[in-house]
Amino acid sequence: MSYDYPAAVLPAGTTAPSFALPATPDQTVALEELRGRPLILAFYPADWSPVCGDQMALYNQILPEFHKAGAQLVGISVDGVWCHAAFAADRKLHFPLLADFEPKGEVARRYGVYREQEGIADRALFVIDAEGVIRWSYVSPLGINPGADGILVALDKLAPALQGVQS
Amino acid sequence: MSRLFIPVNAQDHAEGPDTAPVTLVEYGDYECPYCGEAYPVLKAVQRALGDRLRFVFRNFPISELHPDAVAAAEFAEAAAQAGKFWQAHDMLYERQNALKESDLFAYGEEIGLSPQVLHRAFGGAFDSKIEVDFSGGVRSGVNGTPTLFINGVRYDGPRDADSLIDALNQAARTAPVHA
Repeated sequence: MSYDYPAAVLPAGTTAPSFALPATPDQTVALEELRGRPLILAFYPADWSPVCGDQMALYNQILPEFHKAGAQLVGISVDGVWCHAAFAADRKLHFPLLADFEPKGEVARRYGVYREQEGIADRALFVIDAEGVIRWSYVSPLGINPGADGILVALDKLAPALQGVQS
Repeated sequence: MSRLFIPVNAQDHAEGPDTAPVTLVEYGDYECPYCGEAYPVLKAVQRALGDRLRFVFRNFPISELHPDAVAAAEFAEAAAQAGKFWQAHDMLYERQNALKESDLFAYGEEIGLSPQVLHRAFGGAFDSKIEVDFSGGVRSGVNGTPTLFINGVRYDGPRDADSLIDALNQAARTAPVHA
């Protein structure tokens, strides 16, 4: 494989690297299928983080606000599909978790958010527009859940452009 | 750095003087065990800071995880209408393991909230206030419960009493003099 991995998190203005990852044991989700609407890509270190207000549970609760902004949400970690399935069922998640499991962390590497030493993804957020261009990216310190304020501000900035496309 | 999106205002539940040099805002969920742990700590912090602290509570029920959190928030908002918000707030955190509607009706009787008022509350009479709190919290970078803001800036530090008292004292020292 000859892929030039970025040295740091991909910045705004970059075309989002394509991917196709399993969401369930028999279903794959590709970036191309998510085109046409803004997409929030939330990389996170691992399922089962030991806090109740964890990032994925928080985003699950906020999902209606993301939908109001016309956006869809996908979580990505290096956990496998069965782990994701158990985690999603436990936390009652209503959005897909993708398994960046094999080759391990490949998609995280392409987005410049893989932590080689620990073998996990950073806590990294990308807002990708309807055409597949990254419009905002952010890496949070590993131990700090970034919340959703940055995502919503980025989606707000997309909104006028989106209306322009539709009219 | 995440900041409070909606400034503290007259709709808020606040303890302590408006002119206090430091304001601590908690976004909380009555059923969240971490908020339950924070409850006695925040009481200790309030005692330590005295009149130099204004403490504000805003609702952030994570109902997907905590099925009784919204009813508890509705109970507290109903109590607020009767001028008993803090009594209800404290009661809910002190009895966090029993927040079913039947429990809440019993608590209502204890603090003088009629079943009619509570029926209205559980029917959604105060839900717009709870939703305003929630979405303002999302916009402010609330990242779980409890999330604390000190003079409008999200506090990501340790939540033991000593650390909080230090952080609040420091904020009080650097706060601009109240106009």
